[in-house]
Amino acid sequence: MSARAIFTRPARLAAIAPYVWMALFFLVPFGFVLKIALSQTAIAQPPYLPVFDLTAGAGAIKAAFAALSLDNFRLLVSDDLYIFSYLRSLVVALVSTSILLLIGYPIAYGMARLPQRWQAIAMMLVIIPFWTSFLIRIYAWINILQHDGLLNRILLALHLVASPLVWLSTDSAMYLGIVYSYLPFMILPLYAVLAKMDPALLEAAGDLGAEPRSAFWLVTFPLSLPGVAAGVLLCFIPIVGEFVIPDLLAGSDSLMIGQTLWLEFFTNKDWPVASAAAVVLLALLVAPLVFYDRLQRRQLESNH
Amino acid sequence: MTEQAGIVTEDAANGADAEAAKPEPPAVAEAEAAKPEPQAVVEAEPVKPEPPAVAAVDVLKPAPPPAAAADMPLLRIEAVVKKFGAFRAVDRLSLDIRSGEFFALLGPSGCGKTTLLRMLAGFETPDEGRILLDGKDIAQVLPHQRPVNMMFQSYALFPHLSVRDNIAFGLKRAGMARAEIAARVAEMVALVKLEGLEKRKPDQLSGGQKQRVALARSLARRPQVLLLDEPLAALDKKLRESTQLELMELQRRLGMTFIIVTHDQEEAMTVAGRIGVMDAGRLEQVATPRELYEAPASRWIAEFVGDVNLFDGEVETREDRRLVIATRDAGSIVVAEPRQPLTKTTVCIAIRPEKVKLSRRGPASDAVHSHAINRLEGVVTDVGYLGGLTSYKVKLDTGAVLRSSMANTARLDIDAYSPGQRVVAWFTPDDGVVLEQ
Repeated sequence: MSARAIFTRPARLAAIAPYVWMALFFLVPFGFVLKIALSQTAIAQPPYLPVFDLTAGAGAIKAAFAALSLDNFRLLVSDDLYIFSYLRSLVVALVSTSILLLIGYPIAYGMARLPQRWQAIAMMLVIIPFWTSFLIRIYAWINILQHDGLLNRILLALHLVASPLVWLSTDSAMYLGIVYSYLPFMILPLYAVLAKMDPALLEAAGDLGAEPRSAFWLVTFPLSLPGVAAGVLLCFIPIVGEFVIPDLLAGSDSLMIGQTLWLEFFTNKDWPVASAAAVVLLALLVAPLVFYDRLQRRQLESNH
Repeated sequence: MTEQAGIVTEDAANGADAEAAKPEPPAVAEAEAAKPEPQAVVEAEPVKPEPPAVAAVDVLKPAPPPAAAADMPLLRIEAVVKKFGAFRAVDRLSLDIRSGEFFALLGPSGCGKTTLLRMLAGFETPDEGRILLDGKDIAQVLPHQRPVNMMFQSYALFPHLSVRDNIAFGLKRAGMARAEIAARVAEMVALVKLEGLEKRKPDQLSGGQKQRVALARSLARRPQVLLLDEPLAALDKKLRESTQLELMELQRRLGMTFIIVTHDQEEAMTVAGRIGVMDAGRLEQVATPRELYEAPASRWIAEFVGDVNLFDGEVETREDRRLVIATRDAGSIVVAEPRQPLTKTTVCIAIRPEKVKLSRRGPASDAVHSHAINRLEGVVTDVGYLGGLTSYKVKLDTGAVLRSSMANTARLDIDAYSPGQRVVAWFTPDDGVVLEQ
């Protein structure tokens, strides 16, 4: 009996549903973005040229195709504003993800070792911030970090500083905001892996002469790598494209690609360049995703 | 059986014979077995009445380690208590285990046997008492510093490491040289017959193969004591039985001390030289398998180990080392007087089903001492054919139900009884055990 035969018709329909979804809400819009990225900016409605008009006949469509060009992509690689934006995004994502891993791993590890009853409570504590709007939480940080904010007032009251420090509009504030916002995305996959690990494995390591520290590095850590990979990607990818946090908390002297994109789109009204920037960003992020996919495949294969 | 020597000594002698039949018993063992009053090795529980223990004969011990003094056991557990909250998982338990012994801790789930084993491995710390290994108290020593290894019930193989690396794990931690590790791993792989699978990951192995890797891994460091926590529970029956024999063979060959925890009494009886039966954190009896079965120390043991017919009654008369006991359900029963004098007159008689023979007319008078035979008449109600055995339930005329199991020694069913048939069930005075509790 072939494997296909066990799927009934509704099951097969359900199986193609995600592909239909992806085609409708990802591939088609991406096609639009790609097309705009290959167009030229224009003072028109919509603000780019050429425009495909399916009613104008085959000749007009042919002419529209001929008008597409890679000029916008050339601009992206020749203007260091964009290159610096991409680089800054990657650096910020890399640094934040490293900090997140360093903070998230011990928290997830601690959670996984709590008694069962406390694990559920710890899990709630990690998730509860999601109940408040993300934007409100970032504004709350502005409140805390501003010149006469809570942080400076506490520091002054404790006589740790003589005059208020500048927190807001610095990279530190941005990193703080990013780490704060993304921490649950790092903790949860790590916790999931660590919590299901058989405690007998650590006992076995101890029994075979491994002291607790080497038992961690020889057993726990290698076995938690799938969780590390999931957490790192869940944080790294959205942080590269992050717009709100750097815009609200960081200074304006250097921009992340998300901010540059926003400026091109809304301030410069240059839709084609903004679209090209988005396409390049997507291409950059496909690489780690492909890597993760291969990692997971290997994991699955080794299980069979 | 003309001399009514008492069931205990008779069984003890049989036990010693069986032990002595094993290969290469050291001279000490025979000498010990020959003693008329063998001393008890184990002080199970001072409060409890001492089980009629015989010296456990260490036939399996090839060479005692030099550190172990002549009468000092390899492992001495002294009044150990382990509490979980208010619950006493292990309750003032004392036990001696000799070097080279294959010892089984048997008991129902929750009796504390696994907790005891985990204290020996160092995963739990006793609240009170001492655990002496080779004379040194290891109760507070961390697991990775103990010369003891454990084979886990779940095997606990490292899923990210190959068979070879799993076995080498403990050797690397011990700082062994690379070449030596390779040699030891090869030796272990050969020992458990896993040649050719060294590079596989645990996920690519069958249950039986995983079990072997776990065994090889725990043996690789050549521990002074190997702890086995329900090592065969995950295997199917056939594989379990063959693995039991292999474990025994292995233990004999290596001369190592094995302590196995199991809830399976057949397994304990098959593999172990001595069995400690635990209940509610205490040792109820420590004895050889035969003693445990034929001379259980208590009613609880008699019921826990194997099947048994139990009859409550009062001692009527005592003469010529025979007791006549008036039972409520089966009339008067004659049994041999136990070696230790009874302190109470209210007792319980335990008779194993295979000791109860069935016949149409009762035993021929010259076959046994007819004056001392117990004859109970009744009707067969249930017949369970089990292949080698047939188990019968007989409803006695007095109202009680008696279980009997008879070996099917003949291929044709001339010996078989069918439901509704009237039979005589009989057993000798030596077949019953008198229990006070």
